[in-house]
Amino acid sequence: MQKVIDIKENVTKFEELSAYIERQDESQGVLMQTLHKAQELFGYLPIEVQKFVSEKTKIPMAEVYGVATFYTQFSLEPKGKYTVGVCMGTACYVKSSQLVLDQLIKTLKISVGETTEDGLFTLEATRCLGCCGLAPVIMIGDSVYGKLEPKKIPEIIESYRKK
Amino acid sequence: MAIYRSHVLVCGGTGCASSKSDLIKKRFEEKIKEMNLDKEVQVISTGCFGLCEEGPIVVVYPEGSFYSKMQINRVDRIVEEHLYKGRIVREFLYEESIADQKLKSLNQIDFYSKQKRVALRNCGLINPENIEEYIARDGYLALGRALTEMTPEEVIKVVKDSNLRGRGGGGFPTGAKWSFAAPNKADQKYIICNADEGDPGAFMDRSVLEGDPHAVLEAMAIAGYAIGASKGFVYVRAEYPIAVKRLEIAIGQAKTMGLLGKNIFESGFDFDVEIRLGAGAFVCGEETALMASIEGKRGMSRNKPPFPAVSGLFGKPTIINNVETLANIPQIIINGAKWFKSFGSEKSPGTKVFALGGKINNTGLVEIPMGTSLREVIYDIGGGCPNGKAFKAVQTGGPSGGCITADYIDTKIDFDTLTDLGSMMGSGGMIVMDEDNCMVDIARFFLEFTVEESCGKCTPCREGTKRMLEILEDITQGKAVMSDLDKLEKLANNIRSTSLCGLGQTAPNPVLSTLRYFRDEYEAHVLDKRCPAGTCSALLNYSITDNCRGCTKCVRQCPVGCITGKVKELHVIDQEKCIKCGACMEACPFDAIVKK
Repeated sequence: MQKVIDIKENVTKFEELSAYIERQDESQGVLMQTLHKAQELFGYLPIEVQKFVSEKTKIPMAEVYGVATFYTQFSLEPKGKYTVGVCMGTACYVKSSQLVLDQLIKTLKISVGETTEDGLFTLEATRCLGCCGLAPVIMIGDSVYGKLEPKKIPEIIESYRKK
Repeated sequence: MAIYRSHVLVCGGTGCASSKSDLIKKRFEEKIKEMNLDKEVQVISTGCFGLCEEGPIVVVYPEGSFYSKMQINRVDRIVEEHLYKGRIVREFLYEESIADQKLKSLNQIDFYSKQKRVALRNCGLINPENIEEYIARDGYLALGRALTEMTPEEVIKVVKDSNLRGRGGGGFPTGAKWSFAAPNKADQKYIICNADEGDPGAFMDRSVLEGDPHAVLEAMAIAGYAIGASKGFVYVRAEYPIAVKRLEIAIGQAKTMGLLGKNIFESGFDFDVEIRLGAGAFVCGEETALMASIEGKRGMSRNKPPFPAVSGLFGKPTIINNVETLANIPQIIINGAKWFKSFGSEKSPGTKVFALGGKINNTGLVEIPMGTSLREVIYDIGGGCPNGKAFKAVQTGGPSGGCITADYIDTKIDFDTLTDLGSMMGSGGMIVMDEDNCMVDIARFFLEFTVEESCGKCTPCREGTKRMLEILEDITQGKAVMSDLDKLEKLANNIRSTSLCGLGQTAPNPVLSTLRYFRDEYEAHVLDKRCPAGTCSALLNYSITDNCRGCTKCVRQCPVGCITGKVKELHVIDQEKCIKCGACMEACPFDAIVKK
C-alpha cells in the first residue's frame, strides 16, 4: 500500500488539523490530543502528517515521532478496511484466545500487525476489551464477537469479505 | 417531572452493549409506544449490572424482575405480558430468581445478596446520562456540604479518619495523600483522576465511569476544594469509548447546572474538569508516567521524590486518585468516617470492586466488603468453576500480582493479606483458573505483557524482564535445565528491588508467586518435559485413539508423513517425526486424534 500521502489530495484534512491545533492551549500539553485528532482524520500518522504537526505546534520532530511511536494506539502504517482485534486480556487468554488468534492467522494468511494484500483486514492482538463475560472475544470494526471457538472464524471473516 | 409506574432498565455497559443491548432497548421503546404504555413505563439505559455472564440484562422495577440473556425477540412478550398484563414472564427470568417456586428480586439472588455496593451504588440503577437521576440519589449533596459547611481541613480530616486506601492497587491512604498537597503553596494545583485501567481482565473503573460518571466528577471537585486545586483532568483509556462519551455528557451537564465551573454553590470555589485520552500504554497507569503523558510526552516514569503532591503535573502540586477511590468519596462525606469503617476489615475499611473472570460461572463485576473470604467470592458469588472442573488458583492484581492457590481460599481479602501471600490487590482483577490452565504458561503470558509494556527507561525492567521471558519460553518449550529456575528467581528478585517504578518492581510477582506455589509444575516442564495441565503445545504429543476408523484422511494431511496404518485399521503417529502442527487432528472426522 501507498505510504506517502498526497498533500494536495488531503488539503481539507490538513486544514482541519491546523484549525484544531490553533484552538488548543499551548501550555497544557497538546501533542497527545493533536495526534489523536490527526489519526482520526487520516486513519494513521504518516511522516508528512507528523512533520505538519511539528511545524504547527513548534514541538521538535524528534519529540513528535517519539510520542507517535511510544503509544500502541498510534499507527505509522495505514490500516485495512476492517481491523480484527483479538482480545489477549487475561480472561480471554485463560479461555484459549491464543487458539482463536492462531486460526485468524491461518484464515487471513497474515501475522499480527499485518494487513491483507487486498487491504481489507488488519490483524491485531489487543489489550483487554473489557467484555470478559464474553471471553474469548474478537472485535471487527465496532462489532464484538464473543464466546468464540476457532472453527467459527472462517465463516465470520467470509461474511466481511462479502460485504 | 413525569411519574412512571414501571421502569425497564437495560444494561448499557460495555459487555451488554457488545451483545447489542441498544437494539433491545430500542425494541422496548417501540413496543411500549405501540401498546400506548409510554406514559406509564419508562425505558432507561444504565451502567453495568455486574453479572456480565448473563448479559444482555434487563431488569423491570418495581418488581426487580431479572431477565437474563435477553434476546430481541423476547421483548414483545415481556411488554405484552409483564408490562401490560402484570404477569412476569417466568421462562425468560434468570434461572436462580425462580428457585423454590418463589420469585426472587434482583437483590435476593446469591450473586447480589453478598455484595455491598458503595462505589457501584448507582451502577445499573440510574441513567448515567441524566444528571437529575444522580442528584435524586443524593448526588452533589456531598460537594454542597463540603463547600458550604466544611473547611478544606475538615474535608481532609474526614477522608483521613475513614482510612480510605487507594483502590488503584497501592493501597496508600487517600487522606494522607491529600494532606501532603494541601499546604504546598502554588499558583495552580491539579487533581487527576487515573482512569487508565490497563490490567488485562480488570474493568471496574470503566464500569464506574460508564454507570455513574457524576460520582467521579463530584469527588474530584471535593478533592480540589480540599487541596486548593481549581483544575482537574480525567486520564482515560481511549479503548473505553462509552466511558469517554458518558464523561463528556456528565461534564457538560454539571457545567450547565453550575456544579462545575466558576463559583460553585456560591462558595467562591472554581473547579473545571477536562478529559485526556490515553493511547494504549500500560505504564501510564503509573502516576509519574501518567503525568508525562498528559503533558504530551512519552509516558515514561521518573524517580520519586519529588512526589506529585509537591511537584507533579507541569511542575505543580498534583493529586492523583483512582476512579474507584474517588467514587467512595461523596459517600464518605455524606455518611461520615465512622460509617465507612463500619464495614470492611480493620486495616482496610470499606469495600472493593473486583472483576471476576476466567474459569468461573458468574463472570462479572462484584463489590464486596473487605475481609470477605476468597471462598465466598469464588463459590457463593462467582458460582465456582464451570463444567465441574477443579479450582486451581486465582490470579489477583494482573501483571503486578500473583496467584493464590486452593490452600489459601479461606483468606480474608484485604490489601495486607494478599500482599502477605505474594500477590496484591492491584486494581481488582480476579482471574480464576482451573486444572486445565498451566501456571508456567500464565507466568509467561504476564511477562510477555510486561516486556511489551515496559517503557524502556530503566535497565532492570527493560533488559531484565526480557531475559526472564526468554527463560520462561525455554521452560514452556522444554528446553530449560534446572539451574534456569534458580537464575529466574535471582533475576526476579533483582528486578523487583532495582526497577525505577511500580511496573518493573512488581513485574516479577507472577513468576515468583507461581514458583512459590507451583514449583512442581515448573519442574515437570524442565525435568520430565511434560506440561501437567496440557497447555504448552511444544510439550504435547498427538496420538490416535481407538475411535480411528482407518479412513487415511490424516495420512494425506500430514506434511511430514509420520502417520502410518492400513485402510480400516488403527493408525499410529511416529512421535520422533511429528512436528506437532495439528493438521491431522483438524482433518480427522471421528475426533480420534488427541493432544496431551
